[in-house]
Amino acid sequence: MKRPELVCPAGTPASLRTAVDAGADAVYCGFQNATNARNFPGLNFTQRELSVAVEYAHNAGAKVLLAVNTFPTAGRFDLWREAIDLGAALEVDAFIVADIGVAAYAAEKWPERRLHLSVQAAASSPEAIGYYAREFGVKRVVLPRILTVPEIRALADAIPCEIETFVFGNHGLMVEGRCSLTNYATGISTNMDGVCSPAADVHYDRADDGSITTRLGTHTIDRFAAGELAGYPTICKGRYLTPARGEPYYAFEEPVSLNLAALLPDLIAVGVDAFKIEGRQRSRAYVKSVVEAFRTAIDSVLAGEPPQLADLVSLTEGQKQTEGAFKTKKWR
Amino acid sequence: MRQELTLGPVLYHWSPEELLDFYARIADEAPVGTVYLGEVICSKRSPFFDRHVPAVIERLQRAGKTVVLSSLAEVVLKREREMMRDLCAMTEPEIEINNAAGLFSIGGRAHRVGPMMNVYNEQTMARLAAGGATHFSLPVEMPGPVVGRMAEAADRLGKAVEVQVFGRASLAVSARCYHARAHRRTKDSCQFVCADDPDGMPLTTVTGQPFLTVNGIQTQSHSYVNLADEMDEMRGMKVTHFRLSPQRVDMVAVADIFAERLAGRITGDEAAAQLDALKLPAPFSNGFWHGREGGRQFGPRAA
Amino acid sequence: MQDLARRRSVSSPPDLSRFLPPPLFVLQPLLGFVVRRVAQKHPALFDRLGPHRRTRFVIDPRGLPFALLLVPDPEALEFRAVARGREPASDARIAGRFLDLLSLVDGAADGDALFFSRDLEISGDTEAVVCLRNALDDVEHSIAEDVAGLFGAPGRLALDMLRRARRDNGDRS
Repeated sequence: MKRPELVCPAGTPASLRTAVDAGADAVYCGFQNATNARNFPGLNFTQRELSVAVEYAHNAGAKVLLAVNTFPTAGRFDLWREAIDLGAALEVDAFIVADIGVAAYAAEKWPERRLHLSVQAAASSPEAIGYYAREFGVKRVVLPRILTVPEIRALADAIPCEIETFVFGNHGLMVEGRCSLTNYATGISTNMDGVCSPAADVHYDRADDGSITTRLGTHTIDRFAAGELAGYPTICKGRYLTPARGEPYYAFEEPVSLNLAALLPDLIAVGVDAFKIEGRQRSRAYVKSVVEAFRTAIDSVLAGEPPQLADLVSLTEGQKQTEGAFKTKKWR
Repeated sequence: MRQELTLGPVLYHWSPEELLDFYARIADEAPVGTVYLGEVICSKRSPFFDRHVPAVIERLQRAGKTVVLSSLAEVVLKREREMMRDLCAMTEPEIEINNAAGLFSIGGRAHRVGPMMNVYNEQTMARLAAGGATHFSLPVEMPGPVVGRMAEAADRLGKAVEVQVFGRASLAVSARCYHARAHRRTKDSCQFVCADDPDGMPLTTVTGQPFLTVNGIQTQSHSYVNLADEMDEMRGMKVTHFRLSPQRVDMVAVADIFAERLAGRITGDEAAAQLDALKLPAPFSNGFWHGREGGRQFGPRAA
Repeated sequence: MQDLARRRSVSSPPDLSRFLPPPLFVLQPLLGFVVRRVAQKHPALFDRLGPHRRTRFVIDPRGLPFALLLVPDPEALEFRAVARGREPASDARIAGRFLDLLSLVDGAADGDALFFSRDLEISGDTEAVVCLRNALDDVEHSIAEDVAGLFGAPGRLALDMLRRARRDNGDRS
């Protein structure tokens, strides 16, 4: 049985060390700017921090994957070019890219360095993946969270590169890299600025009855009654009204997190090469719990035992978890 | 430099009869140079109109329009992959690719790149141009100054650049159908409930603000993008094509107003007054162009 | 999951009386000392805070008789207890149970998880709160331990007891 790589999030140097110590085979991270899709306040790495982090990871036998996975607008390409060059100089093991121009640059300038295709590129067919593999020598694709296990199997047979799938964390609803919802409400773009639901535009208004109204900019995303469990303040996790429904409803998805721990044996069997844990914006405590749990689960599957599953539900959004699209086409 | 109006693909699920009437009227009356045809949003909808497409192409071409066939935005299933492959094998009319799957199959032949493709910078444009792209419809969220740079780059490459100037903005697509979900169905059992909303299904916030519009797997703005005012600036930038995205309104009247505006025969204020007189069902927005909240209106007619 | 929530809400809170803080006039110099010490040991924290160094945070440990005002500006550090009812103007406010707040600073709890379960409530400048949370989370050697260490063996003992209380009260990390 092929030993899949466990790819873990690192929002800060401390998280990176936590992930490596907890058994990550690889960590992914980004610089403190718009070149990556988690450009959040107080998060990410300076050049010096990344340099130290790469050394720490490499000493422990773990890889560092640098996310340069947003879309530079004309006139700002230099920032992305610098991120790639800096990553190469600091000896990261691979770049995670989404933009065609950035992929072309990295492939040309650093041909010996691995390229991974970010989920932000939304490549979900053998042809789309084949394009990036043919043109830029992409070695691995991070699959959108929309495919069933049998579909992943079919894909694995049809593409010339490795497959990475998400196994835990925030469950993106929209095709990644194709979502301008945040920009419509806030003027900050997920694709161009690397921010979904910028915290500066998130407001929680508490009413006397204990209910909380969540706003993004001027638009109300949801209202939680006192004691009701909450989710991320993103547009795609909000409740809205429409004539077909009498009550406000989760028009896109309920607050829920992806957890594919139980599907690990199937995913390994169909040939997935790497498992990704979402959550660069989460704490060290989250990284430690989730990485340890998946390390144990993967190792037990590889040892031919049933996967041991730790209870991670308390870390999930709305304290609910789902196998989402991976389990059944009915999710669509 | 030639500058012309285009009519984007109908993004909603209109009946074949409605589409035939619509395109007949466009052929006869609308002052647009190019018409994009084809199902972009949902592969399940395609069979309804497919058999009429050759006749509509012929009708539009006879009226002097350039016809372009648009591809799906989402390509996952076998039938979607086959649709894309078949489209890419065509030599006439031109095609517009809206998913990277098409870039694989096109094999260097001439094609257009649609607004669902992320062409945000000159490097991406140059790369795609080298692979046969002749025409780029830019992402709807692109700010004006960036459009300016992209139009410059396209001009140097001898390629065309298109900007959407009217109609709801496409904000997101998904693997999941939100029309079906609203009606407690799944995508596979949708019974084409999206046909009930020919201008999309409204989503209002719990505090009563009109916000978004659902169109199957697509999420659109509630507001109609309207860049009539900004067209002087765009013309100076060498933007070559100006897209009207069809809404369930009098699109011939809309096209007339934008054609007058493009020809410089009316001012932005006059265009605004004429568009207001059409009593359209949603407010206008131009925030993306101004690098601000896409849903807002900036400039002289700021709300 | 409903069970989880209910179990938590009915479980009796740990007896905090042993840890109740001394009167404010005794507490103030201690808090000042603590924050200067943290600032000295973890200067990188302020780089992460960026513009939010000048944000005025009010931290409200529910159930305690006072709230805390924090201005994490290395040039003009401020960290002091303020009596309830006389809370100063602030840019951002974080409210939660004392044990949860301690666990956050201790690196043992996840802020998002506490938010999802509604155990943490934030208002005002959300970006500042997120930034502070991220900056604190990068401080690997527990701030709580540093602080407890300042008080010698009794301090470490108190922290151990608090951590145990937190675990007994339903660990959510």
